Parts: sequence; C-alpha cells; structure tokens
Amino acid sequence: MSAENIIVWIVWFAAAAGCLGSALAVVLLRNALFAALALIGNLVSLAVFYLLLSAEFVAAAQVLVYAGAVMVMFLFVIAYVGWNLDVAWTGGPSWQTLGGILAAVALLAQLLVVIALAATNQLKHAKHVSANFGDPASIGRLFLSNHLLAFEVISIVLLVAAIGGVILGAQSRRTRTGGRR
Amino acid sequence: MLGPGIAWYLGVGSAVFAIGAAGVMLRRNPLIMLLALELMLNGANLVLIAFARGHGTLDGQVFALAVMAVAAAEVVVGLGLVVAMARRKIEIDVDLLSRLRK
Repeated sequence: MSAENIIVWIVWFAAAAGCLGSALAVVLLRNALFAALALIGNLVSLAVFYLLLSAEFVAAAQVLVYAGAVMVMFLFVIAYVGWNLDVAWTGGPSWQTLGGILAAVALLAQLLVVIALAATNQLKHAKHVSANFGDPASIGRLFLSNHLLAFEVISIVLLVAAIGGVILGAQSRRTRTGGRR
Repeated sequence: MLGPGIAWYLGVGSAVFAIGAAGVMLRRNPLIMLLALELMLNGANLVLIAFARGHGTLDGQVFALAVMAVAAAEVVVGLGLVVAMARRKIEIDVDLLSRLRK
C-alpha cells in the first residue's frame, strides 16, 4: 500500500466519522440551533467525500450553496421562531418511537445487504477517469447539451418555490393585521 | 482509484439516509424534520456521485446538482410554512398542523 493510498484512507475515515457523528447529532440534539450547526458539519464532510470521488465542482457547490446559503436561511428562521420550544421526541418510548427506529434500522439493513451483495463483483473496480472528470467545464457542457430540459425545469421549480415563499409570508402578515384574506 | 472502493461510499450514503429517515419519523419539530430531510437528500447525493465515479460518467454529478436545487426549493417552502405557523401563533409542532385550514 503506497503512502498516498494510506493518506486517502485516513482522510476517508475522518470524513466518515464526521459525517455519521454529525448526522446523529442532527437527529438527537434537542436544540434546533445546534442541530442546524451539526448539519453544516455533515455537509462539509460530505464535500470531502465528493472531492475524494473527483467531483470538484459538486463539492464547491455543496459548500457554497448548501453549507453557505441554505443553512444561513435555516439559521435565520430558527432565530426567528426560537430554538427552545422543541418537543424532543414523540413523548417517551411509545409505539411511534419504536416503529420509527425499527423502520429506519430495516431501511439501513436492506440497503447494506444489497450493497454487500453487489460489492464482490460489479462494484469492485471503478473505471479510470481522465484528469478533467468533474470539472466545471465538462459539467456545464453536459448541462447545456444532454440535460438542457432538466436545467430549464429546475430554474422554473426554483422560481415557483421563491414565489410560494413570498406568498406564504405575505399572507400571514395580512391576516395578522386584520385585513381580508 | 486510491483509497476505499465505491461500496464504502455507498455504505456511508445509506447510513446517512437511514439516520435522516429516523429523524423524519421521530421528531415533531418541523425545523428538525426539515434538517433530517436534508440528511436524506444528501445521503442520496453521495450515492449518486459514488456511482458516477464508479461508472466513469458525469451524469450522476449533474443529477446531484439537480437534487441540490430541488432541495433548496423544498427548504424555501418548508421554512415559509414554519414562519407562517410562528406568525399565526401556532405552536411549532407538526401534529398541530394536520389540517390545511382552520
């Protein structure tokens, strides 16, 4: 095993530990503010994975768009509605809690079994890729040629979501001041 | 490919997805449910990018970027609902938001 290989393994395990630890923290922490901060850690460690998988552009977009813009929006809303009024779990060990945990464990088990079955043959050898795999130029070319329709539909979805967000906010302000709905 | 193979990345992606699913099912604060939903989407994104690397094609990365944009749209609408709940002085609890109108 070469020194480069060992370094990649160490980085991988550090990223995996950060990723799974912060994911558990998001679900388990009572304070919504801390949960959001844990999600930022999760997104950054996923960006490390993307770099290891030679997806440089997606990693940059992840840090800028997700860990930057989306999470700032989250933190503003958490600061607006308050982070202390949390109902942590569904009220003790009820059938709902038990069922949720069982369903999640079953989901994880079947995913891992399928991966383990495929790991011995199909997933064994990753293809060799050129140095410009995953750079902005090739992704942009793909977006504007093969996936042009998806690109345009995404922009419409974002526009509709932005208008919906404005309408949701404006409507509740009108009802609070006693105007017509 | 240096380091672990594709299957290791798929395992981590599945684990993140399952943890997010547990969060969506167990928590009642809509803010934390949205955060757990983000976890699920990101687990799926990691799997997409790992498969893109395994097959040596870029389409998986393009689809991951599309998922990112859809997640941003979903966060806008979800947070808009939470803000509307807070403005109407409804307690921040999804069990109290089970009907579309009063």
